[in-house]
Amino acid sequence: MTAPTAPTTIDSDEVFTVEAGGTTFELVCGLEVHAELATATKMFSGAPNRFGDEPNTNVDPVTLGLPGTLPVVNERAIELAIRFGLAVGAEIRPSVFARKNYFYPDMPKDFQISQYDQPIVVDGSIELPGGHVVGLERAHLEEDTGKSTHVGGDGRITGAEYSLVDYNRAGVPLLEIVSRPHVRTPEQARQYVAELRAVLVAAGVSDGKMEEGSLRVDANVSVRPVGTDALGTRCEIKNLNSLRSLGRAIEYEARRQADLIAAGERVEQQTRHWDEDSGRTSKMRSKEEADDYRYFPEPDLLPVTPDPAWIDAIGAALPPMPAARRQAVADAAGVVLPDETVALIVERGQDSQALDAITAGADAARVLVHVSQNLAGEGGASVAPDRLAALIALETSGALTATQAKAVLAEMVGSDATPEEIAAAKGFEAMDTGALEAMVDEVIAAHPDEWETFRTGDDKARGKLTGFFVGQVMRASRGQADGKAVTDLLRRRSGA
Amino acid sequence: MAERITRDDVAKVAQLARLALSDDELDTFTGQLAAVLEHAEDVAALDLADVAPTAHPLQLGNVLRPDVVGPTLDRDEVLAAAPSAEDGRFRVPTILGEAP
Amino acid sequence: MGESFISAREVAAGVRAGEWTARHVADEHLAAVAERDGEIHAFLHVDPDAVRAAADRIDAAVAAGDDPGPLAGVPVALKDNLCTRGVPTTCASRILEGWRPPYDATVVERLVAAGAVVVGKTNLDEFAMGSSTENSAFGPTRNPLDPSRVPGGSSGGSAAAVAAGFAPLALGSDTGGSIRQPAALCGVVGLKPTYGRVSRHGLVAFASSLDQIGPFTRSVADAALALDVIGGHDPLDATSSPSPQPDHLAAVDSGVDGLRVGVLSEMLDMDGVAPEVVARVREAAEALAAAGAEVVEVSVPAVIYGLSAYYLIAPAEASSNLARFDGVRYGLRVDAPTTNEMMVATRTRGFGPEVKRRIMLGTYALSAGYYDAFYGQAQRVRTLIARDFAAAYERVDVLLSPTSPTTAFAFGDKTADPLTMYLNDVCTIPSNLSGDPAISVPFGTGGDDLPVGVQVMGPALAETDLLRTAAVLEGAAP
Repeated sequence: MTAPTAPTTIDSDEVFTVEAGGTTFELVCGLEVHAELATATKMFSGAPNRFGDEPNTNVDPVTLGLPGTLPVVNERAIELAIRFGLAVGAEIRPSVFARKNYFYPDMPKDFQISQYDQPIVVDGSIELPGGHVVGLERAHLEEDTGKSTHVGGDGRITGAEYSLVDYNRAGVPLLEIVSRPHVRTPEQARQYVAELRAVLVAAGVSDGKMEEGSLRVDANVSVRPVGTDALGTRCEIKNLNSLRSLGRAIEYEARRQADLIAAGERVEQQTRHWDEDSGRTSKMRSKEEADDYRYFPEPDLLPVTPDPAWIDAIGAALPPMPAARRQAVADAAGVVLPDETVALIVERGQDSQALDAITAGADAARVLVHVSQNLAGEGGASVAPDRLAALIALETSGALTATQAKAVLAEMVGSDATPEEIAAAKGFEAMDTGALEAMVDEVIAAHPDEWETFRTGDDKARGKLTGFFVGQVMRASRGQADGKAVTDLLRRRSGA
Repeated sequence: MAERITRDDVAKVAQLARLALSDDELDTFTGQLAAVLEHAEDVAALDLADVAPTAHPLQLGNVLRPDVVGPTLDRDEVLAAAPSAEDGRFRVPTILGEAP
Repeated sequence: MGESFISAREVAAGVRAGEWTARHVADEHLAAVAERDGEIHAFLHVDPDAVRAAADRIDAAVAAGDDPGPLAGVPVALKDNLCTRGVPTTCASRILEGWRPPYDATVVERLVAAGAVVVGKTNLDEFAMGSSTENSAFGPTRNPLDPSRVPGGSSGGSAAAVAAGFAPLALGSDTGGSIRQPAALCGVVGLKPTYGRVSRHGLVAFASSLDQIGPFTRSVADAALALDVIGGHDPLDATSSPSPQPDHLAAVDSGVDGLRVGVLSEMLDMDGVAPEVVARVREAAEALAAAGAEVVEVSVPAVIYGLSAYYLIAPAEASSNLARFDGVRYGLRVDAPTTNEMMVATRTRGFGPEVKRRIMLGTYALSAGYYDAFYGQAQRVRTLIARDFAAAYERVDVLLSPTSPTTAFAFGDKTADPLTMYLNDVCTIPSNLSGDPAISVPFGTGGDDLPVGVQVMGPALAETDLLRTAAVLEGAAP
C-alpha cells in the first residue's frame, strides 16, 4: 500500500529562529495529535470506553484479541470523526481500515487496525486565536493500545525487572490528527493544541483531557537556514504530556538540530523521547531501525462510505466552533477586548451567557467584565443571562455601586433570588444625596488637618487624600456609598 | 518481478515474524519459499494494471455497530488463562524499547 | 454400529417424536468413538460425561413438552478451530494447547440452540494449514475407508468423524478446499457456503477473506438442514451477509430439470488430475443431463492462476492473524529474559513447520517492496477470477469439476515438497477466491476403490441450486 504524500510549509508572521555557527535557522514543525473519542464503547467492540477503572475489567474477547474474534466498527466513532472533519472544514472521504503489523505486548493482536492510505478526514485547517492558520493534512481512525506498568528499577521501561499490562485502554477509538508543517514557533504549537482541544470539546468529539491521556501529542521538528525552502530532516518527539512540555521540547530540539548542522554533522531521522526533568530529548530509534509494518487492507472489515445525507445531518447539528464564537463575542463587545479575555469566555463556554445578556439590553463592557472575572468560578456559568442583565441595569442606573454589584452577583450564583432582593437583603440601598452630603461633612469635620491639606495641596496630595476620604465615607456607610459620588462631593466642598 | 528470495531475505523475514530458525531451517525454507514464489511467477507476470484489486469477495460496505455497551469478560477467568499474571494484570518479562 | 450411521434428519425426527432418546443416540455414537477412534484419531477432545449431560438436557426438554429444535439430539463434531466455551480449542497446535475459550462461536451457539449435542473437537492440520491432516501437532487422522491413507485436510478429523459414523454431522472450515477435499477423500458430502453466509465469529482465523465454515454430512439433505441452522446474518461478523436465507432443505428434492450445468473445462485439463476422476465428472454430467439438465462445457480461463494467487493471499493474511500467539495473554509461553525473546521462543516452539513456512511466505509477500508484486497482484488476479466466474454464470447456473485431483493418498506421499501438497487444492481454491459456494458430493470410486468427489459450484448465495444438483448426483451415483 502507498504511503501518504509529502507536505509543504506555509509562511507565518512569526517564525522561531535559532543562531548556530553564524547561521540563523528557522523552525518548521508539524504536530500529530491522538484524541480518544467520547464514545461509550470501543472502536471495534462493545466493551466500555472508560478511564480509571480497575485493570482489565473493560475487556471483552475482541479487546483481548482472543482467537476467533472479529472487529465491528462503532458507528458513533465514525460520526465523531465526521463531526471533527466538518468542524475543521475538511473533506469526508470513503475510508478503508488497514492492519499495521508489529509485535508489542500492549497490542493484543500484535497488529493495530488503523486507516492508512484512505483516511476518513482529509484537508482541513485550524485558525489560532491570533489569526495564524495551521493546515490539517488528514485525520484517521484507529484503535488505542493497552498500558504497561514497569516494575522494578525506577519505574521506567529501561531497567525495569518486568512489566504488567492492562488492556482497558486497548481498542479505545482514536482519531489521529496530522497537521501540515505550518507550526513555526513553540507558542504556535501550544496554541494549536489548545485550539484543537477546544474544537474537539466543542464538537463533542473528545473530552480533551491531556492529564488522562485523552489527548496525546507528537511533534515533527526540523530546522533549515532562514531563506531556504527545502525541508530539513525531521525528528519525531514523543512523550509530550503537557502544553508546557510541548513548547520546551520543540525549542530544545530546534536548538539541538541547529547545533548539529552548524557543527557540520547530519541530522538523522529519528524518533526521540522528551524527558521533562532533564529538559532534553533523547534518541529512541532511527528510521533504519523502524519496523516494516506490512500494511494491508483489514480483511475482517469493509470500506466505510458515509451517506452524504448522514454527513449533512451531522453538519447541520454541529454547534459553532471556538473561532466563530470568539468572533461573535468580540463583535458584540463593541470595545477592543484582549484576545485572552475573549478566548477565556469561549473556552469556559460562557459566550452564549454573555451574548444573551447583551441581547437582553445589558451594557456590553460590564457584561464581559462580569462574565470573564466575576463568574469564572464554579456555578458562574449557570447565572441566567436575563438575571445578569437585570443586575447590570441596577449598576448602570447607579442603584448599585460596582463593588455592590460584584457582591450581589456572587450571591446570585446558586440562588434564585432577584438582584434587587439580594441587594435589599444586604442593605445595599442607594443613599439619597442629603444623607451622603451629611456623611461627607461629618468625615471632613472629624479630620480637619487632612481636609486642610486636601483643600490647599497639589494634585498629588489631593489624589492621595481622595482615597483617604472616600475610604472613610465607605466605612461610615458600610460600603453603600457610591465612590464616584463621594469624589464629586469632595471636589465641590473644597471649592475646586 | 521481484528477484529470487535469498537466505538473507528469509533471515530478515523470520525476525519480522518473531521466529528463530536454525541454519538448516534457513536453507530449507529458502529453497521452499523460492519454489512457491517461482510457481507464482505466472501471476506476477500478468499485466493487470487496469484491474482493480479485490480485497474482499463481498460487495458490501458501511457495516456499523451501535455504540451500546455489551458484556465484558470476568477478569479472574481471563487472567487464569494467562501464562503469567500479577495484580490484575498480565505479566511479561522486561520490555526492551518503547512502542513504535 | 448400525444406529450410528443414521442421518441427522432421522435422529432429530426420532428424538422429537419420542421414538428414541437423545441419550440413547449419544451413547451409540460414543460407543462408536470408543471402538474405533483409537485407530482413526478423528477427535482431539471428547468428554463423554459432558456429551451425555447435553443429551439428557434435550431429553428433559422433550419430556417437558418442548421442541428442542431441528437438530434435536443430533451428535455433531466440531473442527478444533471453532471456539467452544470452557472446552479446549487447540487448532491442533502446541501454541494453544490447554486453552479454553471464554466464549462460543456463533455456529456453536446456533447448533446448540437447535438441539444438537456436541460430541467433541476434531483433528485438523495445524491452524487449518494443510491438505492431509498430517500437519496436526497431535498426530494425523486416518481415513476410515482405508486407514493407510490420509483423510484429506485440513478438516480431516471432521470428515473422518462423519465417514466413521462418530457423528452424522460435523463442521469444518474451508479456506482453499479444507471441507470439500477431505469430504471427497472420505466419501462424504462437504459444503463450503458463500463467503458471508455463515458467521466466522469464533472461527480461529487462517485467512480472513477466504475462510468459511460449512458442514460435513452423509447426505445432501443433512447438509441443507445444517446450513439452515448455522447460516444467516450475525452482527458479530462485519462480513456476514445480510441477505435472508432461503429454506435450503425444502429445495433439495426439486431436481435439475431445465437447470443449466457447465463442465468446467480447465479443471479437467489440469496437471495431476487423475483420468478416473475426470471420468467420474463426465459421468456425473451425463447423469444430470439424464435428469433433465442442459449440460455444456464452459471455460473459466483465470482459474489456472488460482493456486498462485491463493498461496500469496492466504499466507499473507495468516501471517497477520497468527501474530497474536505471542505468549502474553493465553496459550503457550516459553520463558526468556525479555519480552521480545519470550515471543520468539514461544512462537518458535509453538508452531509446526508448515505454519512457520506460511507465516514466512506471508510476511515476505507483505513486506516493504514486495507488496505490489505479490499481495497486490494476487488481489488483482482475484478480480479476474471473479469476473470469469461471473461471465460463466451468465451462461450456466452451476459448474461441475473434480473436487480433488486424486482419491485419498498414502501418508507421507506428499509431505516432502510443499508445492506438491498445495496442488491438491487446485480445483477448490478458485471458489474461495471468488467467495462463491461449492459442494463436494461422492460420485463413484477411483481405480483403488476409494471414493471420488464431484464438485458443484455456483454464484454467490446459490446454495439451493448446488444442493439440488448434488442431491440428483447422490441418487445417481454408481
